[in-house]
Amino acid sequence: MSNDIFKLGGLEFESRLLTGTGKYADDSVIPDVCKASGSQIITVALRRVDLESETGNVMDFIPKHMQLLPNTSGARTAEEAVRIARLAKAMGCGNWIKIEVISDNKYLLPDGYETAKATEILTKEGFVVLPYVNADLYIARSLVDAGAAAVMPLGAPIGTNRGLKTREMVRILIDEIDLPIIVDAGIGRPSEACEAMEMGADACLVNTAIATASDPALMGKAFSRAVKAGRDAYLSGPGAKHSHAKASSPLTGFLHEG
Amino acid sequence: MSFYPICAEYNDAPLAEQFGSVTEQDVRRALNKNTLGPEDFLALLSPAAVPLIEEMAAKANQLTLQHFGRTIQLFTPLYMANFCTNKCVYCGFNTKNNIPRSQLGPEELEKEAKAIAATGLKQLLILTGDARAKSSPEYIESAVKILRKHFPSVSIEIYAMTEEEYSRLVEVGVDGMTMFQETYNEVLYPELHPAGPKHDYRFRLDAPERACKAGMRVVNIGALLGLDDWRHDALKTGIHAAYLQNEYPEVDIAVSLPRIRTHVGDAFTPKSLVSDTNLVQNMLALRIFLPRCGITISTREAPDFRENILPLGVTRMSAGVSTEVGGHTGDEEEEKVGQFDISDERSVDEMCEVLRKHGYQPVFKDWHPLQEAS
Amino acid sequence: MIVKLNGKDAELSGKTTVLGLLESRNLPPESVVVEINMEIIPAENYGSTEINDGDHLEILRFVGGG
Repeated sequence: MSNDIFKLGGLEFESRLLTGTGKYADDSVIPDVCKASGSQIITVALRRVDLESETGNVMDFIPKHMQLLPNTSGARTAEEAVRIARLAKAMGCGNWIKIEVISDNKYLLPDGYETAKATEILTKEGFVVLPYVNADLYIARSLVDAGAAAVMPLGAPIGTNRGLKTREMVRILIDEIDLPIIVDAGIGRPSEACEAMEMGADACLVNTAIATASDPALMGKAFSRAVKAGRDAYLSGPGAKHSHAKASSPLTGFLHEG
Repeated sequence: MSFYPICAEYNDAPLAEQFGSVTEQDVRRALNKNTLGPEDFLALLSPAAVPLIEEMAAKANQLTLQHFGRTIQLFTPLYMANFCTNKCVYCGFNTKNNIPRSQLGPEELEKEAKAIAATGLKQLLILTGDARAKSSPEYIESAVKILRKHFPSVSIEIYAMTEEEYSRLVEVGVDGMTMFQETYNEVLYPELHPAGPKHDYRFRLDAPERACKAGMRVVNIGALLGLDDWRHDALKTGIHAAYLQNEYPEVDIAVSLPRIRTHVGDAFTPKSLVSDTNLVQNMLALRIFLPRCGITISTREAPDFRENILPLGVTRMSAGVSTEVGGHTGDEEEEKVGQFDISDERSVDEMCEVLRKHGYQPVFKDWHPLQEAS
Repeated sequence: MIVKLNGKDAELSGKTTVLGLLESRNLPPESVVVEINMEIIPAENYGSTEINDGDHLEILRFVGGG
């Protein structure tokens, strides 16, 4: 399936695995992860410069060919997300933004209402908006109306590595929403990313599971293959499994009588 | 938005070829999916699916139980008028047929309503012929006002209207709209509907969508199976229902599966005869393709058949039916002519008893407006 | 003069521009974004934008994130 192109934000990608730059023990491994995973889209966050101590610049480790996807982490309201998005754009690395609005630090679940508000404002300003939300049909519809470029439902609460807990809800989004569905957050193992792709998700964003592996580059490669395998399975159409045992009294027996 | 361009694609497609090339593996794959696409629906409607009909039945049965439980909604049609300006070659109300024509006045409506309400039914489907001059939107509005006193749910099966006209009917308390495209075949359609307002294919095709926009709670579509190759119309009907479900998720979309029956007048020969197996295959395919779609079966079908299909996907049935104007109260001696002959003449009580015997609960109404219509 | 710099009071000696401030802190201008009193300063204006007493400055950069 060499012609299976992933279209997002007006661009075309071969890889359907998005990665992040958070939680690495050492950022210098990021280039290896990017190479091994084949990922073409990578997330970063925006923070105040630490003026007291010298810190490395994460940008030094991101391969130049990659599409940068800044997020609005730290935003607690739509207003703050919009502010961060505008700052990120001023960095001169494109107009993509992953909206993330979280005001509940216990569960780190995204605020769908504020996210939709921010999405609407930013799409009008020409941003390519990728909102991170709960797997909820109504929120997803409001994001479609707001002009989002994709919907990024969570598989499980952020950073939990608990897998595709929202399976049934994500399935509904895949069926009902005419935007790319990118499963973000919660995916802990390649098999879970594979399952999401096999169900028909358009892509997966995996950060923690790769960054915190003992060998991040190898895990990046594993995720790349899992995402590809799931995608191929989805495209090939799963074969039949004989789930229906023959009923003892057939439901359609009456058609053969008389 | 309109279903028209989508429908046009299907009308241009080599459907006979596509149905013919489906393999048993295609059918099994479709049966194994959680969410089916149009190509899966086509596979389930194809001749290749016939040998797998029992497996389809098992899946359709499971989906129907899951989404609707063991319930059947009962309703009855009320024929308010049979004046008609159309010349549909297969219809008993065809303007060329020399039959007595009438329209119920306020008192007769009240009488009919009382007689039907006495049977316990709560859902009424009102019908007229296609004659705007005789059965005007104003006439229908005033009739609805009378009928709503006796029925919490009144739906319409009348000529195609504008969105504004549908809105006005919603305001006076109409909650459902039924509209059969008869056939989706755009070439055949004008041949079967050579004159009258119904001649306008597109205006009719978009009518269910206008009803959705106007705020109807239930929109019921269908094709009169047999006018064209039944597989073709069954496919397009399902695609139409899927389109409406997607565009108007707030509306309950239902599909009727009428097959053509005899009536007075010119002997019309249907293009394809729809056997019991065909009709069952259509119902199963539709249920598997659209698990939450309502499926309506009328009293055109025989009592045995209606009972046999209970587990297979049907959710709504008519009962205690007369297709004659004023047929619920009129003088038995008086000669009247119905739109078509019915097969299941059992009373509402008898139907309820039969349903219970099969383990199904007859449902007379499943919702009631909180606020009375103005 | 005293300004608010990334949430903390900071003493700046004499008049300076955004570019001057970044250079004095060893921050490559292309690696940061600067906001003064909630207004984003376009990079091409760093050299011409003067900092005034009491300004609220935010200097941000990309860091690792998911």
